[in-house]
Amino acid sequence: MTAPVLSLKAASLQFGSRHLWRNLNLDIAPGEFVAVLGSNGTGKTSLLRVILGQRELTSGSVELLGQPVRAGSREIGYIPQQKLLDQGTPLRARDLVAFGLNGHRFGLPRSSEAERSRVDEVLEAVGATSYAHAPVATLSGGEQQRVRVAQSVVGRPSLLLCDEPLLSLDLAHQRGVSELIDEQRRELNTAVVFVTHDVNPILGMVDRVLYLAGGEFRIGTPDEVLRSDVLSDLYGTPVDVFRSRGRVVVVGAPDDGDDHDHRANEEIL
Amino acid sequence: MIIHSLSNDPSFWSQIFGFDNYGELLVLVRNSIFAGAVLGILGGLIGPFVVMRDLAFAVHGISELSFAGAAAALLLGANVVVGSATGSLLAALLIGILGTRARERNSIIAVLMPFGLGLGILFLALYKGRSANKFGLLTGQIVSVDDPQLAVLLTVSVIVIVGLFLIWRPLTFSSVDADVASARGLPVRSLSIVFMILLGLAVAVSIQVVGALLVLSLLVTPAAAAMRVTASPVLTPVLSVIFAVTSVVGGILLALGGGLPISPYVTTISFLIYVACRIIGARRARTSATGRRPVLAPMRQGVSS
Repeated sequence: MTAPVLSLKAASLQFGSRHLWRNLNLDIAPGEFVAVLGSNGTGKTSLLRVILGQRELTSGSVELLGQPVRAGSREIGYIPQQKLLDQGTPLRARDLVAFGLNGHRFGLPRSSEAERSRVDEVLEAVGATSYAHAPVATLSGGEQQRVRVAQSVVGRPSLLLCDEPLLSLDLAHQRGVSELIDEQRRELNTAVVFVTHDVNPILGMVDRVLYLAGGEFRIGTPDEVLRSDVLSDLYGTPVDVFRSRGRVVVVGAPDDGDDHDHRANEEIL
Repeated sequence: MIIHSLSNDPSFWSQIFGFDNYGELLVLVRNSIFAGAVLGILGGLIGPFVVMRDLAFAVHGISELSFAGAAAALLLGANVVVGSATGSLLAALLIGILGTRARERNSIIAVLMPFGLGLGILFLALYKGRSANKFGLLTGQIVSVDDPQLAVLLTVSVIVIVGLFLIWRPLTFSSVDADVASARGLPVRSLSIVFMILLGLAVAVSIQVVGALLVLSLLVTPAAAAMRVTASPVLTPVLSVIFAVTSVVGGILLALGGGLPISPYVTTISFLIYVACRIIGARRARTSATGRRPVLAPMRQGVSS
């Protein structure tokens, strides 16, 4: 067994008196794809912040490649929620990708020959070569998200953190972007932690699922976790999980967050 | 009718565009032209960041407090540049520390601005010196740049430009994409405070040329114009500097003959450049099939990546 990329030991996080999750033990191996599921307010994004070293655990430990996490690790790539960049932003797609390599370095934005060719290589890999020199703000949401995937992997990270990267993309782009992430993790043997409220676009790629709800959690393969009995037990109320045409639908899960996008009793996972 | 009679009067036009004894005048205002060029470079370089970080209104707010500081200095007989720098640094820091979100920031600016302007008016009302000094703070007074003033102005400008160069890349990254930048461990908050200090200094010196009311024409208009025609991270500041220097130096040269203040010339040139860039940008978006090719950036294996 290879050493884990990320290791959470007895990790707990609470805000005031509210427990987001308690006693979380999770080792993620190189190249492993872990989906983090749960409604809003269950601490999915907080988990990413902990891994990024931006938030302290209430108790327990979190290690990246055997070292306690710290802010600004070059071993982590990060893909945020799709948020369109402002019109007029004076950057081209390739400039945004280059930030993934050297955006932290002080001084003027010059890149070395090696950095430029690495940027070209990644742009090619995500199929963004044709708009590499286009102003980023003129790109569609799906194209911008491809560029962000390129930015996140350009430094060959050991761990890729994705915070709802498919949100507000149409189905074709959801598939395109998630396949891209899958491809890159296979090529670079990068572990992926993928936060989402909808597991379906990535169901075929996921090795394990971390399902958060009401201060509790379940970890396992999708087949082990996305089951009526497991989720009923987790929620403490009868929940039905249906599988239909390769999609998973969870019915009856109490909405324990403030997720207004979903009907109260029928959350499509 | 007034316009008609004014424009028939030959002295009206010679007042706006007069070029008698131009050569001799040019020698007299050498300092001012030099100062104008430096401020153009400064404004052109900092402008793209002002636009990217959505700080145009903040620039206006800072300049009003800077005006109050300068007015206080005038009243107390202190150095006016030092006074205006104090006012603008104070405002820049307040805005930077209190206003992290755009909405919050705008209301803080709206609160500070009239207060600063009110204080400035009070100080000027109490001031018994030359009234030309008073008006100059609001609308510009570069024609009378003496050597010590020029030295202060140069020093401050160089500090700001060097400071900008040092933080250029991380500042761009965190301006465009604060979430990812902070995930990468960039000190987003500190960068923002440092930038506000640089901006405060830039406003303080720009006021010496165009006055508190017209600072935006130097710190925002050239950059906004450049950003209409290019998205290249190299070409944007370069064009912005060219536009700003053209506006200021051109404004000084045109104003020379007529004895009118330079600011209307500066603001008009700067405005016309912006209009031209908008038209070019709009044309290009219409004609190019993809609507996204940066025509002015034929840098495939370009200057930077």
